[in-house]
Amino acid sequence: MSETVFKRMKSLPSAHLLGAGTSLCAGCGGLEALKEIYDILGEKTVIVNAAGCMTLLTIYPFTPFRGSWLYTAMASAPAGAQGIRDALDILLHKGRISPEEDLKVVVLTGDGAAYGMGLSSTSGAIERELDFLYICYDNEGYGNTGQQFSGATPHGARTSTSKGPRGFPGYKKDLFAIWSAHRPSYVATVVGAEALDLARKIEKAAGLKGPRLIIALSPCPTGWSYDPKETVEIGKLAVKTGVWPLKESINGEVVHTKVPHKRLPVEAYLERQGRFAHLFSPQRNKVLLKEIQARVDAYWERVSQPTLL
Amino acid sequence: MKRTLLTGNGAAAWGVRLAGVDYVPAFPITPQTEIIETIANWIDLGEMDCRMVTLESEHSMITAAGAAAATGVRAFTATSSQGLLYAMEMIYTVAGWRVPFVMVNVSRGLSAPITLEPDHNDILVARDSGFLQIHCATCQEVLDSILMAFRLAEDEQVRLPVIVNMDGFYLSFTREPVEIPDADAVTRFLPPFDPENICFRASAPVSEAVAVLGGPPYSYFRYETHLASLNAVPVFAKIAEEFAQAFGRTYEAVEAYRTDDAELVFVIMGSFATKAKDAVDRLREAGRSVGLLRPRLLRPFPNGDIRRILAGKKGVAVIDQNLSMGMGGVLHSELASALYGQAHAPPVLVSFIGGLGGRDIGPEEFYEMASVTRKAVEDGKAPAPRLLYTEKELREVRKLQAIAQVERENLGQNQ
Repeated sequence: MSETVFKRMKSLPSAHLLGAGTSLCAGCGGLEALKEIYDILGEKTVIVNAAGCMTLLTIYPFTPFRGSWLYTAMASAPAGAQGIRDALDILLHKGRISPEEDLKVVVLTGDGAAYGMGLSSTSGAIERELDFLYICYDNEGYGNTGQQFSGATPHGARTSTSKGPRGFPGYKKDLFAIWSAHRPSYVATVVGAEALDLARKIEKAAGLKGPRLIIALSPCPTGWSYDPKETVEIGKLAVKTGVWPLKESINGEVVHTKVPHKRLPVEAYLERQGRFAHLFSPQRNKVLLKEIQARVDAYWERVSQPTLL
Repeated sequence: MKRTLLTGNGAAAWGVRLAGVDYVPAFPITPQTEIIETIANWIDLGEMDCRMVTLESEHSMITAAGAAAATGVRAFTATSSQGLLYAMEMIYTVAGWRVPFVMVNVSRGLSAPITLEPDHNDILVARDSGFLQIHCATCQEVLDSILMAFRLAEDEQVRLPVIVNMDGFYLSFTREPVEIPDADAVTRFLPPFDPENICFRASAPVSEAVAVLGGPPYSYFRYETHLASLNAVPVFAKIAEEFAQAFGRTYEAVEAYRTDDAELVFVIMGSFATKAKDAVDRLREAGRSVGLLRPRLLRPFPNGDIRRILAGKKGVAVIDQNLSMGMGGVLHSELASALYGQAHAPPVLVSFIGGLGGRDIGPEEFYEMASVTRKAVEDGKAPAPRLLYTEKELREVRKLQAIAQVERENLGQNQ
């Protein structure tokens, strides 16, 4: 990362491009990440959006974006990016627009689209080596419809469709691995609370060609049930407990960019969120807490011994 | 003029080639594949300066076509049947984007049961989407309609995507002599696409297809799309006139065949209209005053032309190659809606359903439909919708059922 312009927090952009006053929830971790990302990508972008919370950023006739925007549908934002990228390339190739008119094509979807309905169109776009950036804001459930569980929901979390004592019985899908298996140019995980790590990754992704995909863990006060002011803290705890590994993959080689050497127990992250409250009261669910801790430990065990990967 | 034997699919590909299309997002489906294979081959041979990309579904294909058109290139795509339905969310969506591009639909019956052969239930699912629809009866018409469709889609009074529809097998795989227009004449008729304000550019940021809150803005944009579609009636007439001047072939929004002095009129869409025409000629020879009306434009619906042509007729036989379950023929309903309460509207409108899943409509069935309609006129009352089916067909299906039963019983005994 020696070539980065983002050496320290102070070198992050001080002027912000994304307008304020949108209809998103206070403390939205997805918007936090998007603001940081947009500052680096800049306004010569066209954001291709799929149905989700962020769709409500642009409501006629207002937009917080200085660049362009196209809303598509839940399943096919990467195909919209394909159409725009191809059209811009055709126009450039045929000399019908000047290179200054070119745009970066950026897909913006939630985890509902990224982990599920939109996976087919994402797979197709990567396979066709589409030159685009994909941002998934992952709030670990169908947030915009009231936080029903999705393929991104972590084990044990209470959602509006898993309200029982054990929470969500499934396990969070490994989208990083699914995307990486396609061998795109770049895959990374980020969280808005780790702004420097995020900035370096977006900077790196912006400098590459081909499919580049970013999963931003997006703490969600509304869906995860915590005080909006704690979004940054919860984002940091996700990293410090090892629940959300910050990593990147360039041409198949995975590097962890911020390894929590003294990992905090997962409880430090879980107990701050209402969606895990049933693990702590009326009595501690020791079995489930142990299982969640064991899965995190096993992950980092594999990281420390790459031969196991 | 030199004419070449071309299938409907081949004629479609020629239309795309002559239209100077920049971009073809594609996905294969029978019976449409020959269109995209032909275009792909021309691109590989360097005969077409066009980019083609195969998407992973029709849903994505329509998304890409709409997004590319929104960026300001001339785009074309093609699908059929299940593919059209798989894409249906985006069919409605991109029409709302008000982006001009052209799609060929090669009509094929819908599952279940799954079939490859044609009827019009697929294309009628797109009826209310905002896409304009041009229905073709010959291979020549397919080629010519694609050229006119781009003019129509791109007209500043319209700015809507257009579907050019042809019947699977009966047109898609049937060779007919087709005149391939001169490329320069086509360029004069259809100059390169000027997207004007339809584009994504760094110097002119724009937000497209954004959310609205509440009914008034939603209704505003939906009404705008409807009014733009209505604009396409006079615009199509103007384009068709220019086309006739340039190429000598006339395509009105409604084809009227021997209707002037007709007492009874068949109404039918698509390639089976050529069968109906032949029946009209034979009925005329037998002294019956019968004519044919074929809506070429289905959306916008050419109400005015239909009312004018059918004014004063005694009876109309609407032959639907589709079936709205629990209601009947869709075209019949459209006709009834266009004619009800109009001065001199024909008093009797008889509904026939036929040609589903590639089932033929034979000459004797047209004669029978004429008789039924004649009788309805005499009775002053239309009978219930008639589902065309012969005793022989029923016997054949019963035979299949008997075989299935015997096989099942035999297998049961062997266990």
